[in-house]
Amino acid sequence: MIEFRKDIFADERDDNLNEIGKPTRRQDILGHVTGRSPFYDDHQFEGLLHLKCLRSPHHHARIRSIDTKPAEQMPGVHRIIQGSDVKVNLNTLLSLMNFGEDDEPVLSDKKVSYVGEPILAVVAETERQAFDAIAKIRVDYEVLPHVLDPEEALQPNAPLVNETMPGNAFPYHEKYNHQKLRFGDVEAAFAQADHIVEDRYQMSPIEQAPIEMCGAIAAPETNDRFVCYTSTQALFFSLGTAAKVLDVPSNRLHFIGGTVGGGFGGKVDSLHEPLAILGCMLTGRAVRYAFDRQEEMQVGAPRGAERWYIKDAVMNDGRITARKFTGYFDVGAYTRLSSYAIIKAAGHLPGPYTIPNVYADIYCVYTNRTPATAMRGFGITGVDFAIESHMDQIAHKLGMNPIELRLINSYMDGDMKAHRREAKNTALVECMQVAAEKSGWNIAPDFKAMSSHNGGEGWRSEIPHTVTDTNGQIGNGVPASTVRPATTSIPAYVPSQNPSYAAPPAQPARPVSPPTPQSNVQATPTAPPQASAPASSSTPKRPRVSRFSSISGTRRR
Amino acid sequence: MPMHSQVFSQIGEAAHALSSNRSSRYFGGGTLVMRQVNAGNQSFDTIIRSTDPSLKQVQISGDQVIIGASVTMSQVIASRDLDFLKSAASVIGGPAIRNMATVGGNLFARSPYGDFTTALLALEATVALSGGRSDVPIADFLTQRFREPKPLVISVSVPRPRDGNAFRFLKIMRVKPMGVSLMTIAAHLPQSGGRLANPRVAYGSMGDTPIRANAVERALEGKTLDAQGIAPALAVATEGITPRTDSIASEWYRREVAPAHLERLLLGTGG
Amino acid sequence: MAKKPIQFQLNGSSKSVFVEEGQNLLEVLRREVGDLTPKLGCAQGACGSCTVLIDGEQIVSCLTLAETVEGASVETAAGLANGPTLHALQEAFMDGFAAQCGFCTPGMLVSAKALLDKNPSPSRGDVIEAISGNLCRCTGYEPIIDAILAAAGNGHNSAGRYSGSGRQS
Repeated sequence: MIEFRKDIFADERDDNLNEIGKPTRRQDILGHVTGRSPFYDDHQFEGLLHLKCLRSPHHHARIRSIDTKPAEQMPGVHRIIQGSDVKVNLNTLLSLMNFGEDDEPVLSDKKVSYVGEPILAVVAETERQAFDAIAKIRVDYEVLPHVLDPEEALQPNAPLVNETMPGNAFPYHEKYNHQKLRFGDVEAAFAQADHIVEDRYQMSPIEQAPIEMCGAIAAPETNDRFVCYTSTQALFFSLGTAAKVLDVPSNRLHFIGGTVGGGFGGKVDSLHEPLAILGCMLTGRAVRYAFDRQEEMQVGAPRGAERWYIKDAVMNDGRITARKFTGYFDVGAYTRLSSYAIIKAAGHLPGPYTIPNVYADIYCVYTNRTPATAMRGFGITGVDFAIESHMDQIAHKLGMNPIELRLINSYMDGDMKAHRREAKNTALVECMQVAAEKSGWNIAPDFKAMSSHNGGEGWRSEIPHTVTDTNGQIGNGVPASTVRPATTSIPAYVPSQNPSYAAPPAQPARPVSPPTPQSNVQATPTAPPQASAPASSSTPKRPRVSRFSSISGTRRR
Repeated sequence: MPMHSQVFSQIGEAAHALSSNRSSRYFGGGTLVMRQVNAGNQSFDTIIRSTDPSLKQVQISGDQVIIGASVTMSQVIASRDLDFLKSAASVIGGPAIRNMATVGGNLFARSPYGDFTTALLALEATVALSGGRSDVPIADFLTQRFREPKPLVISVSVPRPRDGNAFRFLKIMRVKPMGVSLMTIAAHLPQSGGRLANPRVAYGSMGDTPIRANAVERALEGKTLDAQGIAPALAVATEGITPRTDSIASEWYRREVAPAHLERLLLGTGG
Repeated sequence: MAKKPIQFQLNGSSKSVFVEEGQNLLEVLRREVGDLTPKLGCAQGACGSCTVLIDGEQIVSCLTLAETVEGASVETAAGLANGPTLHALQEAFMDGFAAQCGFCTPGMLVSAKALLDKNPSPSRGDVIEAISGNLCRCTGYEPIIDAILAAAGNGHNSAGRYSGSGRQS
């Protein structure tokens, strides 16, 4: 049962609510219990073809050659799709919002940067026939050194994971290899502190693991359009990405979705629609492209690993006077949405606490892991785990009640937050009071009497004199971070028996000949071929001009 | 290559088809083979089944229970003659899997699966092969099971424990009630005069096959089944064994927790 | 590729289809027969979203060789309702918020039906055991367990209507 604490903030709202606070049936639950909810795969198509991808078995490798000849004539194979078939074969998801740089191929036929990266696609009458054909394709790999830890990836001699991103770090504001947050002077506060409490926190990648696997079915529709049924959580996002990557006007795309068998953030990456639609364009038939369970777990984007170093200046009475963060987001091989996650995290710091001096460097780091994406509290969950664990560490060190410690430092209305917004409608104080009451956790009467309305006084509402720096400036050399060795060794990856992961061939491959197009869609040249970059770079390239974005600069109110 | 499916009413015909076709697999309940078929596994293209009704029988023969290879886990659970194996059969998969998975099929399950086989190993069962021996010790069978020509199991013969309480089984899972085994322990602990006589302990999910914990067995021989008596056995819980590292747990972790779980099993405080 | 004809009962109706050798029952039900209620969640028998009943017993259709259902009686979630009248389990799920994304729901309902058909008054432990092969990533299971118990507690029968606590529909 839900209990409504209407006594709290009672003067701030009307209480004439008709729907909120009353149980009501979900509008879609009748479909769920009758099995009629139209998930993307619950549509029948005559002559449906199946698309499966050949995927990299290596963390990092250059592709010398691909021989698709043995597969082309196999029973049931309609088309083999390669990178050259994709009109715009280099994309980043946030280009739809003019943020970042195109860095990820739809099909990677020159270099692969994570296990499971798709190299080409086979479209066949049945999945089995697609698997059989994939098993016959010969790929000649030159295995490259790989890096699987974000701090190692930032070392000057680390393998270059993503050729668009020198130094394996996303360039923020075209200036720095990390996102900065500066508020006040943490070093001065450290010098004055009664205690310094510092620790390291980390989180492994977490797979959303929905019961429904990602997928899309595309079919020709009337008036030279394509209809696409998809599991995506973000229909317009997916439509825009497909339009860009396939270079078709968006009014030729008819996307149908919104019935998602569990997303949790894992169905925002729009991997499936472009290839399904392209398969449809190239064959003239309905095409289904879906992950199987192994692909969902291995290739489907997880919430990325994070590592946080937190150093606090703490006074004997429990006031935290400074908080310094160094955060590493391991975003895997490609940017996708992660560049935005870091900015979200920066705006979230130092947590729901008013701390007069805050310093953060947050890195968006590329490693040879599966590219990461959103999940439940995108950009925030990992750092909140770190922050709240750290608060408990402080309470333990001071011998203080951990709830009282939080109340002492809680933000309140009128306080200035570290990213220079005034705190409004805060409720941490009241939430902790009720949580303490409900769990029978004693807090002193003074704390029970606190209110979120009592903020904003004196220094709390002011932006302090802030010390800034130009550490990590791109082009001026990036200082090496202190290497802290990972404490767990990562077992060697053993490619599975699944034929989607082609094993290296037993004999040298013949040179590839380009496939002849089988449809009347003109295969125009893709983005200009990448200059073959060295496997590692010692000095970062001057970045191409990246697009300005409302995310990182002026924000709409 | 398209899949082929062959069904034979006589087990001998099925065995012949299996041994003469290197790209075939025997289909018991389907819980292992169909996973591979669904994944497009390229190492076989033919499924072979037999509808021979003798494969589904449970028979008593003296002090042995003979379990047909196609007997399902659900049948084991429902069978009075197999009540001592109920604890093992009950933790194989979920209810649907138990309705399908067979005793014979579990003999071919690779780690970290094969929990029922671990129980059979501790009970020193023997395996009857079509066209071959009828009493292959299960430990020997496990070392040969994937060799060509592929063996076709007709039945498993299990000595009935004289004291049903002497057989203990523990499957350690992170996710309950249906989870993959981190470690499975099966132990037959007969006693004579209050002391253990010929104890047998088998581990599952610790190696590439279920294995006997010989050092533990030697250390338990003649001891009392209490904290003091089992202490030497706990000290050698993983002696001679290199636990596997897989997606469930690392070698280090398995080595660390093995004595704790063994203690719970032996003192009856586990599960 | 040779196809085998099979004939079986699906939710009380006779079906005749041709199946591929090695084809699983889930694919046959969805693509050949057109019953889209069992879902594909893993093709490994681990998630249970493909659960159907064969002769009253829970099985995972993704691991069932289609040709083995010759002559059998198969039940799916599509057979729960009696025309426009929902099964007590379906009503209980709707009232009890026992579905969010809905993908595991058909499998859950089928497993629950198998239980209640054999054991009309299950304990909470019986319910947990019955759905232990059905994974849900959304609800945390408690609403599902409660709904099944509620359906059982209110005089469940195969065509009955759940008369719950009088909430608006």
